Amino acid sequence: MSDTTSAPSRISDAFWRQPTILLLLLVTPPLLWLGIVYLGSLFALLAQSFFSIDEFTGLVRYEFTLKTYAELLRASNFDILIRTIVMASAVTIASAIIAFPIAYYAARYARGRWKAVFYLGIMLPLWSSYLVKVYSWKLILAKEGILNWFFETLYLSWILEAYLAIPVVGGNSLSVSWTGTFLVFVYVWLPFMILPVQAALERVPPSMLEASGDLGASSGQTLRHVILPLALPGIIAGSIFTFSLTMGDYIIPQIVGTSARMIGQAVYQFQGTAGNIPLAAAFAVVPIFVMGIYLTLAKRAGAFDAL
Amino acid sequence: MRQFLKTTAIVSLCALIATPSFAANMVTELGDGEGELNIVAWPGYIERGETSADFDWVTGFEKATGCMVKVKTANTSDEMVALMNEGGFDLVTASGDASLRMVAGKRVQPINTALIPSWDSIDERLKEAPWHFVDQTHYGTPYMWGPNILMYNTKVFGETPPSSWSVVFEEQNLPDGESNIGRVQAYDGPIHIADAALYLMTHKPELAIVSPYELNADQYAAALDLLREQRKLVSRYWHDAFIQIDDFKNEGMAASGSWPFQRNLLQSDGAPIASVIPQEGVTGWADTTMMHVDSANPNCAYLWMEHTLSSNLMSDLSVWFGANPAVPAACTDGRGMQTAEGCTKNGFDEFDRVSFWTTPVTRCESQDECVPYYRWVSDYIGVIGGR
Repeated sequence: MSDTTSAPSRISDAFWRQPTILLLLLVTPPLLWLGIVYLGSLFALLAQSFFSIDEFTGLVRYEFTLKTYAELLRASNFDILIRTIVMASAVTIASAIIAFPIAYYAARYARGRWKAVFYLGIMLPLWSSYLVKVYSWKLILAKEGILNWFFETLYLSWILEAYLAIPVVGGNSLSVSWTGTFLVFVYVWLPFMILPVQAALERVPPSMLEASGDLGASSGQTLRHVILPLALPGIIAGSIFTFSLTMGDYIIPQIVGTSARMIGQAVYQFQGTAGNIPLAAAFAVVPIFVMGIYLTLAKRAGAFDAL
Repeated sequence: MRQFLKTTAIVSLCALIATPSFAANMVTELGDGEGELNIVAWPGYIERGETSADFDWVTGFEKATGCMVKVKTANTSDEMVALMNEGGFDLVTASGDASLRMVAGKRVQPINTALIPSWDSIDERLKEAPWHFVDQTHYGTPYMWGPNILMYNTKVFGETPPSSWSVVFEEQNLPDGESNIGRVQAYDGPIHIADAALYLMTHKPELAIVSPYELNADQYAAALDLLREQRKLVSRYWHDAFIQIDDFKNEGMAASGSWPFQRNLLQSDGAPIASVIPQEGVTGWADTTMMHVDSANPNCAYLWMEHTLSSNLMSDLSVWFGANPAVPAACTDGRGMQTAEGCTKNGFDEFDRVSFWTTPVTRCESQDECVPYYRWVSDYIGVIGGR
């Protein structure tokens, strides 16, 4: 009989007798993808950060050194790191504060058509081009833009001017100030915070809230001790998005803001126009490092316990 | 991987330290077109009437020669060098910095000017320009050039245009009575350091700067100091031409270094904008069509170079891009839309006052040792960051 069996069925038989081969065949492609294409390219870049650029010739020297990392601590480079981390933290905190009530309403109270409207409202900005959104914000925030016109019409220009006179956050107009960059970041990344928070809140069983009420907790106590801890994984998940997306972005600070560099722009410029790949790679390591610390702290705080 | 990186790094960077001479094979006679031509070009440089029907200098060439043109656009000189290092292209429209790097890296081949019938029509000022004429050898056909002008708002300056770059470098009250703080812009690229050096050539002659691209440590420090003062005036540095256009419309900008491209677009929108070439002179760019050393379609490449010189290309492109043609006749003989007035407006007569863009290298001609470009990059980032 065996000589009449077709090739496909013989292969099938072999797989049945040797399940490990099948497993290996199925697992190899994704492993190769993860190992070579994904992590491999990342390590190829990171390895560059341990080389340095020759001060005299401008050529990259392929010897192990930590000199490039020391260069990160030079005042002008360190400014970039601090600036970016502060901005990413501020954007993340603001997003969380704004996102929570929206997500709470969408998860608990919105029903039927309203729920759909909420989903659409949150998702709609994601459907249009990122650049279109950023450019439109530039027009909104410009000196002769909509927001300024709005303040002028209400005879409130003095408020805006007083705000813009504040050093650091102020500037010549909102569109060339750090406040402007911050607003655009919050706007662009907000959906990435709302969606995970909403998902987390939807999983909080109503019975728990009822139990909390039955045991005599005020609504404030219920929020602090029941809802927030249960929503925390969602907030952490959202903050990972907003934090890392802000840290890596190089387009928003180029279009709206004071032109002072953030990490993404520094990487782009050092590897692109300067040919200083080691320094660009060292800059690229910083977000990875910061995210590592952040995730460790979040894990210690128990953010992933509920997962 | 490491070996690969090493090789590419050496190929792209050895131009910074040496310009070796070598004899490569030059095309000596032309055959029929190969039917295909691949060009690396700046965006907007090679138009086939798709962006605007009036601007087309490709379809005519394709019909006449059978060489179908494929364009790969590149946004920076470094991208151009990288693409040419990869290979697979016939021609590139290289700016002054990229061109010498590719000559030194042996990525481009010498041009046989005898095979380009219209060669003699090229501007005398460009025929042997140092950014493509190396060791008595032509490495390309001049394409376009343009000055970086001082653009200003006529509502602010009225009838008297600014005569000096000082309006963007030093704090002062502009003719409308208000300070220039927050109302001027500067280019968001390290090459802007050269503009500061050019300003210092006139205003601080004791520094003895010979070329704004060749600065020793002291001259370089003086230029950075000037730029730190400028940082206090500039609320945003311009990077993208269209963002600058928007800033002049919506941010109340009074003056900035700019390109004729932005000025023309703003003027065609009816904005109160004009430009001058101030007393200190200006920096500028000059591009060259260069041929890849392994070009697969040399006949089409030569036909294209001839086409750039003899067709409507330069004339229409100079209208489109606000630049100047490498063939002076293109301004006047009606082969395209450009006119003598248009060329004058684009700065055609100011050639001698333009310091053309080159990459700053350590071993410079005018003195022992100059500050190289990668330092320009990191220091300019510091200046913009307020250091």
